[in-house]
Amino acid sequence: MLDSVKRVILVLSGKGGVGKSTVSTQLALTLKERGYKVGLLDIDLCGPSVPYLLNLENQNVHQGPEGWIPVYLDNEQRLGVMSIGFLLSSRNDAVVWRGPKKTSMIKQFLEDVCWQELDFLVIDTPPGTSDEHITVMENLRQVPQCGAIIVTTPQEVAIEDVRKEITFCKKTGIPILGIIENMSGYECPNCSECTNIFSSGGGKSLADIAKIPFMGSVPIDPRVGKLAGKGLAAIKELPDSTTSKVFSELVNQLAPDSL
Amino acid sequence: MSGVPDNAPQHCPGTQSDDAGKASACAGCPNQNICASGAASGPDPAIQIIKERLSNVKHKILILSGKGGVGKSTVTSLLGHALASRNADVNVGILDADICGPSQPRVLGVRGEQVHNSGSGWSPVYVTDNLSLMSIGFLLGSPDDAVIWRGPKKNGMIKQFLSEVDWGELDYLLIDTPPGTSDEHLSAVQYLTSAGLDGALVVTTPQEVALLDVRKELQFCTKLGVPVLGVLENMSLFICPNCKTRSEIFPATTGGAAQMCSELGVPLLGSLPLDPILARCCDDGRDFLQELPNSPAVIALRSIVDKIVATCENTSS
Repeated sequence: MLDSVKRVILVLSGKGGVGKSTVSTQLALTLKERGYKVGLLDIDLCGPSVPYLLNLENQNVHQGPEGWIPVYLDNEQRLGVMSIGFLLSSRNDAVVWRGPKKTSMIKQFLEDVCWQELDFLVIDTPPGTSDEHITVMENLRQVPQCGAIIVTTPQEVAIEDVRKEITFCKKTGIPILGIIENMSGYECPNCSECTNIFSSGGGKSLADIAKIPFMGSVPIDPRVGKLAGKGLAAIKELPDSTTSKVFSELVNQLAPDSL
Repeated sequence: MSGVPDNAPQHCPGTQSDDAGKASACAGCPNQNICASGAASGPDPAIQIIKERLSNVKHKILILSGKGGVGKSTVTSLLGHALASRNADVNVGILDADICGPSQPRVLGVRGEQVHNSGSGWSPVYVTDNLSLMSIGFLLGSPDDAVIWRGPKKNGMIKQFLSEVDWGELDYLLIDTPPGTSDEHLSAVQYLTSAGLDGALVVTTPQEVALLDVRKELQFCTKLGVPVLGVLENMSLFICPNCKTRSEIFPATTGGAAQMCSELGVPLLGSLPLDPILARCCDDGRDFLQELPNSPAVIALRSIVDKIVATCENTSS
């Protein structure tokens, strides 16, 4: 399974709405801009956000001789995407499935997608520590180059759930590459006063307590928010933003040979 | 839906399915005869038990959203406090059905409390005299403990919460759920339908990436026949504490909840602004309604609560 993939990166968080899909898509786009071949697999079956974020909503997955062919963002086929969103006939369709059905769908995503040669496979997950996560962990155990990036927001309510996710990684033996803090502060466009809407510093202190590398804080930036639904990389559109600095630093850490 | 047991063999068709006891996977299963005889395909006996247990609960409301982090737990706790503080004779219970990420103990400020078991069942934890809470958070030894369970075990836990918690007389039972349209939601709806479910309150934020998932949740409600009491839009506006400029942090590029509600024909109950003090109150477990009774968020909340109460009382009379 995934023999032609050099490195697998799981994007995890115990909490919902912290920006897992935003981090996954921006990470994949940044890697692509740096010249890598990237795959992005969305295993959030009940709430797939990746097709919308990358502006690929009406695309279809085709069956090829070696398996499902992912949807490519660009003509050079540097970024391939797979999501259950491509298999639904309408964007309003709900996937009302219990665990066993979700498990077999994810197994299919892991086994039957023909990714070709990939430098990175980024896997976006739903919140929690349940069926989807257990399935992915069990199947990725044989894949050697696999690590997890944990996404959190600064407030205690989110940190509490993220601590559970860290325990999950430790129990299942998936190495944690680091923690990213999202939505750290908001700069008022009028008076430039920075408000920590969801508190601040929570991600850094969590990283210290859990002895995990801290990979940076991403502020709330409406300009980055506007990139959602367009499939554009922050690093290319907004090169001076903090977001693009965090992601380019992140890619340096993940792929030291690119420097 | 088909009731696959926790310890079933692989490819078990489910005890409720037509193939129960007859599929190829059933060969060698110790329960094959029971399934084949049809004894297992009757309705789940827990449904009747839950119906009796919850017969003293007047109104049951699910708090749903397809999307995570939109404020389901915050809204549930605010709603609980608001209902309980309206009238001291109104008893409110909150059930936290988010098994993998329980937030209610923190948001309501009762972390570290213990649940006691007595002859009449589990006693919930009392936040105030007339507001009680049950959550898996009370059953975990440490906040780092992860609940790494697949669906059937989560369903078993929800079944136990619904059938074994001794709520006493309740006017409102609010059920806080995790994001999605999967095990927890199906189980809660399945068990509560015959006990009389008033409906679902759907929480969203204004941006399209959230609405996309919330539309799926509304379709889930339609598919399962759960009435939608209304949609609440959270985090709609941010008012800068320094210069009072209003800004949209999560811009409603596709018309926000209002547009979605008119498209899908569900009522929009109102919007709550994004208030950093509210976020702080949730972290510290303080009652925001008491801390800032005149803030725009509380005023908006009170009018939403009035609408929910009116709908619930209309349907019951």
